[in-house]
Amino acid sequence: MHPIAEKHLRKSALPTLLCPGCGHGTVLNAFVRAVDELGIVDELGLVGGIGCSGWIPVFVNADVMHVLHGRAIPTATGLKLSNPCLKVVVFTGDGDCCGIGGNHFLHGARRNLDLTVIMLDNHIYGMTGGQVAPTTPKGARTQTSPYGNPEASLDASAVAISCGATYVARWTTAHPKGIFKAIKEGIQHKGFSFIHVVSQCPTQAGRYIYGTGDPVELLQFLKKGSVPVAKAKKMSAEDVQDKILVGKLHEDHDRPELSQELYALMEKARG
Amino acid sequence: MKTEEVVIGQGNEACVRGAIRAGCRFFAGYPITPASEIAELMSVELPKNQGIFIQMEDEIASVAAIIGASWGGMKACTATSGPGFSLMQEGIGYAAETETPCVIINVMRGGPSTGQPTLPSQQDVMQAKYGSHGDYEVIALCPSSAQEAFEFTVKAFNLAEKYRVPTLVLSDEIIGHTREKLRVPAEVEVTPRQKPKASFEEYRPYKALDSGLLDGMPAFGDGHKLLVDGQLHDERGNRVGHDPKASGDLVQRLCDKITNKSSGLIDVEAAYTEDAETVVIAYGSVARSAFHAVKMGRREGLKVALLKINILWPFPDEVVRKAIQHAERVVVPEMNIGKICREVERLSSDNQDVRSIPKLGGSLHTPYEILDIIKV
Repeated sequence: MHPIAEKHLRKSALPTLLCPGCGHGTVLNAFVRAVDELGIVDELGLVGGIGCSGWIPVFVNADVMHVLHGRAIPTATGLKLSNPCLKVVVFTGDGDCCGIGGNHFLHGARRNLDLTVIMLDNHIYGMTGGQVAPTTPKGARTQTSPYGNPEASLDASAVAISCGATYVARWTTAHPKGIFKAIKEGIQHKGFSFIHVVSQCPTQAGRYIYGTGDPVELLQFLKKGSVPVAKAKKMSAEDVQDKILVGKLHEDHDRPELSQELYALMEKARG
Repeated sequence: MKTEEVVIGQGNEACVRGAIRAGCRFFAGYPITPASEIAELMSVELPKNQGIFIQMEDEIASVAAIIGASWGGMKACTATSGPGFSLMQEGIGYAAETETPCVIINVMRGGPSTGQPTLPSQQDVMQAKYGSHGDYEVIALCPSSAQEAFEFTVKAFNLAEKYRVPTLVLSDEIIGHTREKLRVPAEVEVTPRQKPKASFEEYRPYKALDSGLLDGMPAFGDGHKLLVDGQLHDERGNRVGHDPKASGDLVQRLCDKITNKSSGLIDVEAAYTEDAETVVIAYGSVARSAFHAVKMGRREGLKVALLKINILWPFPDEVVRKAIQHAERVVVPEMNIGKICREVERLSSDNQDVRSIPKLGGSLHTPYEILDIIKV
């Protein structure tokens, strides 16, 4: 086992239940490296939702809650407010965060509580067998959109920015260094950080939406399909239209952070 | 009992005072009639007591937040009614499965659905026990006055800590909104959050003692590298869903720790039971009308008794069986279709006359309505 894995993985929970070639392992890898470099493993409070993504924190040897479908952000809200010294990181998926947990996502971003939310977006409900998700591209065939997805897909990063998240970055699993950097920045940022990671799902989205279950092909598809935000600014709107914009999308250091506000309120209320 | 302060206040206010005295330092809630005063008062009082109040986006988020706060090390509580209680059910099951201490106050109103927001009921008593999916057990207390709203809320926090279970206070609109005398005691017995007794190396978060209860509760950040999982799990918290024996054993223990006879989870009050031919069994606000009816019956020379149930779940089977064994007649008034009466019927013998007095529509039984049934 790699020394960083040896140091930070919860061995009693291994092996992972991720499929061969799944992109989520790349996020687990980047996360434990970021935590190792920051030296904060003892301060972590990890919260996983339901779905493939929600399992990631279970494999990390830290304090972990694996909670109800969609409820990772409100559970993390209680955890963080009860002990603001904890570095609370949420692992959620596109279905968990934007579907069943969509309302909590809006309000989490609005509150600007110091949480780091890592949303793994594979464009499908993977663990339940490949059903259409809020992020599935329009027209894509899945187990519950057999004639093509009739609905528009949701841009979760745009939602996070519009609701008030104060750090938003998007990367794909073809950019492990970008994920690593964003996780580090997100944890260090005092406020609601949203890290959107587009991840390959060879088993479901790969086979049914993108026409291949080969993880290498899917990674190349993600790599070729992405454009860094700085470069996109120089491109025409038409050329950028179907690309995944990657990099830091938004940062705001001016909005007050909720736990600091509420703890300051205690002093005020006591008079 | 030395009294610190005598106030005139609502049951909802009494719940807030009780919760804070019991050590509650976190409240997450969502406005709903007739429970909103609890959130309003918590928003005033908690910050003064180094506590956190947060209004969440819904009741689903509220129960999730108190579960998170409980693992962060704070005693935590939410309050709701009818539709909000329905939305909380999934979280209550999660708290039961993960053995997370927390308190949920349900100020019962008339249902189903949006129902009767401003009028009382006792229609949620079965939902309190069975509302979440799967097999699990909770504790539920039924106050019948502002005084009991205070005392039972304190007790709910204490029981939640000891039994590591979501504990419900089943108040109702009458208790919640009636302003009456509340003697706030000078001293309150409080069960603090216990840290594990086992050594750091030997501690297993879900290893049960012989009683079926767990050895203390560390907080996140204490260094235990806890794994709290809604999936059925082993002593370390790792999933065991693939293992029928380990899975079954956990569910059995979660139920047994509450329902076994040695759990000591019995709280009833009896009046005039020694020679009773008729026993009235009641809980919550209806118990007040029932007591009045029983006293009127006694004045008329009727051999009638009252058994008032304070801890409704787990149901006090043995106490009820004993209290009714020599009675010819058992009368169960409730502000619902007649739900707890079925529990009583289960414990009665074939030759006993068990009479339900259901009352729907949002008004309390008058003592005469109960007395009439006692006499017939």
